[in-house]
Amino acid sequence: MITRRLQQPVLLLAWLVVLVVIGWAVAPQLFTSYSPYAGDTAASFAPPSAEHWFGTDRLGRDLFARSVYGAHTTLTATLLAVVIAFGIGTAVGLIAGFSGGIADTAIMRVVDVFLAIPSLLLAMVVVSVLGYSTNNIALAVGVSSIASFARVMRAQVLSVVHQDYVRAAYGLGVGRIGVMLRHVVPNSLSSVVALAALEVGTAVLAVASLGFLGYGAPPPQPEWGLLVAEGRDYVAVHPWASILPGVALAVVVIATHRISTSFRKEHSR
Amino acid sequence: MLRYVALKTGRAAFVVWAAFTLTFVLLFVLPANPVDLLFDPTELNTVPPEVREQVADNYGFNKPVLLQYADRLGHALTGDFGSSVQSGRPVASAILDVLPETLLLSAGALVLAVLAAVGIALVATSTRRAWVRNVVEALPSGAVSVPVFLSGILILQVFSFKLGWFPAFGDDGPRSIVLPLITLAIPVAGPIAQLLVRSFATEFHSGYVTTSWAKGATRGGIILRDVLRNASLPALTIAGITFGNLIAGSVITETVFARKGIGRLTQNAINTLDVPLVQGIVVFVAVSFALINLFVDLIYPLLDPRMRAVVEAQK
Repeated sequence: MITRRLQQPVLLLAWLVVLVVIGWAVAPQLFTSYSPYAGDTAASFAPPSAEHWFGTDRLGRDLFARSVYGAHTTLTATLLAVVIAFGIGTAVGLIAGFSGGIADTAIMRVVDVFLAIPSLLLAMVVVSVLGYSTNNIALAVGVSSIASFARVMRAQVLSVVHQDYVRAAYGLGVGRIGVMLRHVVPNSLSSVVALAALEVGTAVLAVASLGFLGYGAPPPQPEWGLLVAEGRDYVAVHPWASILPGVALAVVVIATHRISTSFRKEHSR
Repeated sequence: MLRYVALKTGRAAFVVWAAFTLTFVLLFVLPANPVDLLFDPTELNTVPPEVREQVADNYGFNKPVLLQYADRLGHALTGDFGSSVQSGRPVASAILDVLPETLLLSAGALVLAVLAAVGIALVATSTRRAWVRNVVEALPSGAVSVPVFLSGILILQVFSFKLGWFPAFGDDGPRSIVLPLITLAIPVAGPIAQLLVRSFATEFHSGYVTTSWAKGATRGGIILRDVLRNASLPALTIAGITFGNLIAGSVITETVFARKGIGRLTQNAINTLDVPLVQGIVVFVAVSFALINLFVDLIYPLLDPRMRAVVEAQK
């Protein structure tokens, strides 16, 4: 199965992109010799060249280096957001689906409310209350995606709890908690994991969008959305300064979507 | 049927009430000192204590939380969300002022997005070449992967700065809305197209299509007469997601193109921590979302006889 997967060149490329970007986030100094902060003002707005792959910005800082170091900021926030959404959302969905009755109804009505507010708007409100920082962006994006995880998990749990093996476990005298942890959770998780894979791409976009709007890391720090925003003022004369970091971001999101699609196909097979 | 309508209406009302309560907790209860939020953060230290005291009094922050809540809820029911901190204007009129701009932008983008999505689904279903289908089917996931701010900047760069076909910024004249429309339509079209491509494929292989083949219908005839009608209806089920995409997209689009509208208003309100305005916008969005979903829930059984049977059976 693995070998067949690797035969798909597009999927292979997608994995390669994701691995390289994770490399950027973990060990940026291996991928660029330039500093993301120190620039040569004499060489400001240099166009892309062999020396500066993405060109330089207003302060002559190498934009490729800033994109590489920016991966750390953006991906850490993304990871945190997905962990929050996955952890809390799955727990909430599990409790709702497993306990049923009034608890289920109450929880799902609350989930409805979170689904009624577009997640970018909700994230903006949360960030405005918590204060502007990358960690708060991560928290905001995570909180605004809890509802969709809860809904998917609940649906899965509901389809599992009436299966014969769950009834058999009860029949054998296993307690409710035991049944939940040993039978319901493992059998419900697969589609939530597929959703988490999809959510990685969505969360990268949300984190970068909030960064673009200026709610994230303060300016000297490199962050993908902020890089695009910084270059945006000069887009008429120096288009690469915002477009190349943005394209790098888009390529990463496309790659994660491609990978999550392959998860989903495997899941439905 | 009446019970179904009452149930759905009740849920919509609950969502709106809960959105109000949620924003009240987030914006008025959770912040350690909500009065601070009412001032410009850079000027906060220069505000004399007596002024703060007076402002707290005006906004009712000295009253018990439950009383504040009841007060705000009572006013909100009459459409009064207080006054914007920045401009001093009533929140409702600040929202209604810029609403037409955003309505025009989103309605136009929605039409464009639906046309593009139907086009993609038609091509993907009707083509006999596998590579054309693969390319066309990759478009929707590309559309949702490219950040709106990037597509906006790219479109701006090419059609405004390079080719000079359209003005780059501002909101005067019909030409200035073309680029924002395209920018906003891209992320909205993505999910609709994904859904349509799937449901077109399912319907194309269903029994009634086989019957049509057997009766000698042509490929184009089947797709236009049978498949298009049956496969388009499910698109209504993602009306809520589409609405969310339109709102989120318009925040970014209006920022990139410097246009007036709800999105820009939201961003400004958040930037200046204009608490009453933020609450007003969130509740307004929740009301719109609830109304759209209610409308879809009520109209779907009328359009799809199978759903009508389900609703009747629930009695």
